[in-house]
Amino acid sequence: MTQSHRIPGRGLIDRSQPLNFTFDGVMYQGYQGDTLASALLANGVRLMGRSFKYHRPRGVLTAGSEEPNALVEVFENGQHTPNTRATMAELYGGMVARSQNRWPSLGLDVMAVNDLLSPFFSAGFYYKTFMWPRAFWEKLYEPAIRRAAGLGRLDRRHDEAAYEKAFAHCDLLVIGAGPTGLMAAMAAAQAGADVILADEGSALGGRILADQPEIGDMPGLTWLETMRTDLAAMPNVRIMTRTTVTGAYDDGTFGALERVGLHLADPGDLPRECFWRIHARRAILAAGALERPIAHRDNDRPGVMLASGLRAYVSRWGVNPGKVVLFSNNDSGLATARALTGMGIDVSYVDPRPIPVTEEFPVYAEARVIATQGRKGLKSVDIQHRGGTSRVEARTLALSGGWNPSVHLACHLNGRPQWDETIAAFVPRSDMVPGMIVAGAARGTFSTGACLQDGLEAAQASLTALGIRKKPRLGVPVAEAAPYRIAPVWAVEGDGRAWLDFANDVTVKDVKLSAQEGFQSVEHMKRYTTQGMAPDQGKSSNVAALAVLADATGQGIAATGTTTYRPPFVPVSIAAMGAGGRGTGFAPQRFLTSDAQSRAMGAPMIEAGLWYRPSYFPRAGEKDWRDAAEREAVMVRGAVGVCDVSTLGKIDVQGKDAGRFLDFLYTNTMSTLPVGKVRYGLMLREDGFVMDDGTCARLGPDHFLVTTTTAAAGQVMRHMDFVQQAFCADCDVRTISVTEGWAQFAIAGPKAREVLATLGDAPDLPFMGCAPMTVAGIAGRLFRISFSGEQGYEVAVPTRYGKDLFARLVTAAESLEGCAYGMEALNILRVEKGFITHAEIHGRTTADDVGLGKMVSAKKDCIGKAASQRPGLSEDRQQLVGLMPVNQGETLSAGAHLYNERDPATRVHDQGYVTSVAPSPTLGTWLGLGFVVNGRARHGEVIRLDDGLRKRQVLVEIVDPVFFDPEGGRMRD
Amino acid sequence: MTDLVAEHAVALRTTDIGRASLTAFDPGPVFSIAPYPGVRPVVNAMPFPTPGQIVTQGAVRLVWAGREQAFLIGAAPDEGLSAAITDQSDGWAWFRLQGEDATAVLARLTPLDLRVSAFAPGTSARAPLNHMQAVILRTAADAFELAVFRSMAQTAQHELVEAMTRVAARRAR
Amino acid sequence: MRLPCPCCGSRDRREFTYYGAAEFLNRPAPDAGDAAWDDYLHNRDNPAGETRDLWYHDPCATWMEVTRNTVTHEVLKARALAGGVK
Repeated sequence: MTQSHRIPGRGLIDRSQPLNFTFDGVMYQGYQGDTLASALLANGVRLMGRSFKYHRPRGVLTAGSEEPNALVEVFENGQHTPNTRATMAELYGGMVARSQNRWPSLGLDVMAVNDLLSPFFSAGFYYKTFMWPRAFWEKLYEPAIRRAAGLGRLDRRHDEAAYEKAFAHCDLLVIGAGPTGLMAAMAAAQAGADVILADEGSALGGRILADQPEIGDMPGLTWLETMRTDLAAMPNVRIMTRTTVTGAYDDGTFGALERVGLHLADPGDLPRECFWRIHARRAILAAGALERPIAHRDNDRPGVMLASGLRAYVSRWGVNPGKVVLFSNNDSGLATARALTGMGIDVSYVDPRPIPVTEEFPVYAEARVIATQGRKGLKSVDIQHRGGTSRVEARTLALSGGWNPSVHLACHLNGRPQWDETIAAFVPRSDMVPGMIVAGAARGTFSTGACLQDGLEAAQASLTALGIRKKPRLGVPVAEAAPYRIAPVWAVEGDGRAWLDFANDVTVKDVKLSAQEGFQSVEHMKRYTTQGMAPDQGKSSNVAALAVLADATGQGIAATGTTTYRPPFVPVSIAAMGAGGRGTGFAPQRFLTSDAQSRAMGAPMIEAGLWYRPSYFPRAGEKDWRDAAEREAVMVRGAVGVCDVSTLGKIDVQGKDAGRFLDFLYTNTMSTLPVGKVRYGLMLREDGFVMDDGTCARLGPDHFLVTTTTAAAGQVMRHMDFVQQAFCADCDVRTISVTEGWAQFAIAGPKAREVLATLGDAPDLPFMGCAPMTVAGIAGRLFRISFSGEQGYEVAVPTRYGKDLFARLVTAAESLEGCAYGMEALNILRVEKGFITHAEIHGRTTADDVGLGKMVSAKKDCIGKAASQRPGLSEDRQQLVGLMPVNQGETLSAGAHLYNERDPATRVHDQGYVTSVAPSPTLGTWLGLGFVVNGRARHGEVIRLDDGLRKRQVLVEIVDPVFFDPEGGRMRD
Repeated sequence: MTDLVAEHAVALRTTDIGRASLTAFDPGPVFSIAPYPGVRPVVNAMPFPTPGQIVTQGAVRLVWAGREQAFLIGAAPDEGLSAAITDQSDGWAWFRLQGEDATAVLARLTPLDLRVSAFAPGTSARAPLNHMQAVILRTAADAFELAVFRSMAQTAQHELVEAMTRVAARRAR
Repeated sequence: MRLPCPCCGSRDRREFTYYGAAEFLNRPAPDAGDAAWDDYLHNRDNPAGETRDLWYHDPCATWMEVTRNTVTHEVLKARALAGGVK
């Protein structure tokens, strides 16, 4: 199709690069430099969307990120992104866009019946109508309303596109690159500050691009190009276009969303978006101002837009708007009418003020627009003036109700702007965000000349605060500095619906109703009417709405105040905010040196903390995990098994006070441990509950090596650092993690020693002994400890040798009718022995609960000791017990609760719960560990296991938690 | 019986993407030196570093690596230091990231202020590399050495390559 | 939010782990009695204004006490719990 509404020769678009695109299946053409909105307008398309609630036909209102109406779905790689603002979507060749919230089509939307029913859908309608019966809300009302009202639809697949996050640091962040921001950035950069200049537009310039004023006796665009070139050449300036600063946070931290590849037909490896965290010592908010419409009857038709938006479409994108009526209450609107006329546009100007009628275009002074016609596109406008009412044909109605400074970011730390009567707008106060200066139009300074001046002054003040003495060279160029006068008009009186919030379909009447029904605070009005709660957050409607409210309540605007400004300034995709954290990026993956071999052996890997550990090593003929795990457990008890235990935390503790330090950390005494011996240790939190357990080996007089559980390694390290730095700062003790430095393997079973012998001369260690060992030529360590109940060793070598050592251990074990064993077999073996893990020491159990009360030494203080003895931690506690099914074949399940045989499964009858279960091939039955009220005194009692999730009820006998080899002879001998 | 064979966490090779280059390398012996309270030892004739300091003597470096802790890289420590000493040679995977875009790549992964004015060549820092705790040495304006826990080497390499790919894509435009 | 690590200087909040009020440093004697221990473990002020709390800088392993204002969010100072070589 031809670009029927493009003005020949006008606009900052590249006519040598025509771009084809489709909207709702129709092919159109635009140019490089267009947005989707400007390209559609250039093709004469004014209808771009349907409104949220009433499905009213809507066109584009603005030319910026504040757009409430023109939200579309854009397709990429077979997926679509809903709620894309057509004003921000830069056109590329092949773009496919679709309107949303309509059915079956944008032109014919059956839900527009809501519009006819609008008398029933006024503010608070949901609250009043859908109250009863309560159950209907979730099942009927809400789903129906959600289908009818709404925005774009989510693509229900995972978003596989690339997103990026990044960090930046600077002395000065300049937010907005209009006249103010450009001056500020240049001045600060000339003085030597590190400057980031961020602007959400695709090019620097802000309103210069649309208004094209004279600056420094040259065309604004020429001045802009000079500034841009000079800034780009400065090594201390980082220019960030397509970057919206979305939030101001504490201590000079800002969030910013950069659109990186969204404007390209083929972005290649570019991310769609990048979310920046910027730290700036100082900031200048030069975000400009947003024009606001005027509410009057049917001011929402396609073809109605803001005067500033129209000016941008004409001058920047060469859009021909047809015949224009411009309704304004301020000098900026008048200036726009003049500029449009200068560009050859047919304009009629309407102003409620008594202004002189001395323009080149028709002027209706002391007049107002009272109605419009044209359902899917504006046809005519009714103007009430001194001489009566005239109907004027128009294709475009431009509104200018004045300007609201973009104070948003200045208010993100809860600062409140104040009302400025002279410009009828809220302006920021100083230092609402510490270190941030608001300058230019963002603080209500509207003329180009004043903005340039303000930008320079803001830079000078920032430089002083930064302690930079060097002065910038540039002076303030000459530019238009006309005063800005305004006579506030928020809503034109009259019948019909006058729209305030286009995005959420809120009318003047809705706001008045809110006040009438008692919702008179601005925060209440917002929630009652939903005004300002759409994706645009009411950027073009908040001030007008609160002004209408202020009028209705008689409170005045200043007293009414604004709602709270919160980040983000524009919608931010979750994908961008979470970039780098999706899928496996969520956390690092920690791989064992045995990982490749375990996977090659077919082992399914299971996450343990951040580690990946083998669950079991399946062999031919084994049909499930249980077959494999039981075979592995049997082999350990009958021959030998090897298992990678490198994931256990290992902390090296050195110093002449190391023993004393460990005595304070552990419940039991480590200082008396002889060199070459290992002791099991228990660590409490200061509140008396168990934190972790592990072993402590004394490698030398002043040298210990303690182990932690896999999952708690980081927590224990942090705890040790705390205890050392807070309470033992003068002790000669140093701790450091050596987890990563050693690959460590358990060798367990009656033939463990034979496996060990294949690695060299092993020291003859007693149970709980440790010694250096040369492991196949490499200096390593040997510990005689057991988590299986069998004769057990753990052999450690520097990590680089782990892969080879594991391979040799597996070969050796297999040659002795043994095997590698995984987490499932490890669990079977330890449950058979009643050894605890974090399933039992889960943060709510004491040393006594797990049967280790005697490990809390009476002879010394330790972390958690005092609290462990407080009242309530001793009587009628749930204690660790073993559980065996009365009928041997029955399955137990962890997480199930325990009840006396005849009691119902209700909370008051709860006797305890099951923490761990395992099928024991050794004993031929399922075994469980769990906690039962006074369990140690109830051995032999039968109790009911009730698993409500799996509908399982099993009678179990309470027994000692050590099911197998209670004397421990197998591991000691 | 043959001696155990050593293997690196990831292959020691170089990946060039755009204007950044990533090399996994073996720094040789690495020892943690943690002086006991109140002591400021001389380590292999080098003064114990202040936070962020790297002391160099020939091919041996003494690198600040955390609170009251330094890494001696390239040699074993002399006997008799009043400090806790652990061999960290196997605990870390080391990468060299260099090139014109090395800083831009790193800025995708660490909140550290990487401006030369804040993180000068010849200094070290402890900082996160995405979700991993890292030791970061700046060897030149456009060159870094990064150490992460050895078990996380593959994640580190993957994330660095990912960041390099994104930065290179920007360059290509 | 940023915090000044006594070792590393100003760093992003994501590098730190929060540990609660600085009262946790005032560990009672082992025999101080239940009331003292209960107070130490459980009772905390929640001031609108200046507060002191404990933070851990994970990268460098420094524990510190930070004085900050819960109303203005101003971070006033930070000190390492243990001195010595930094």
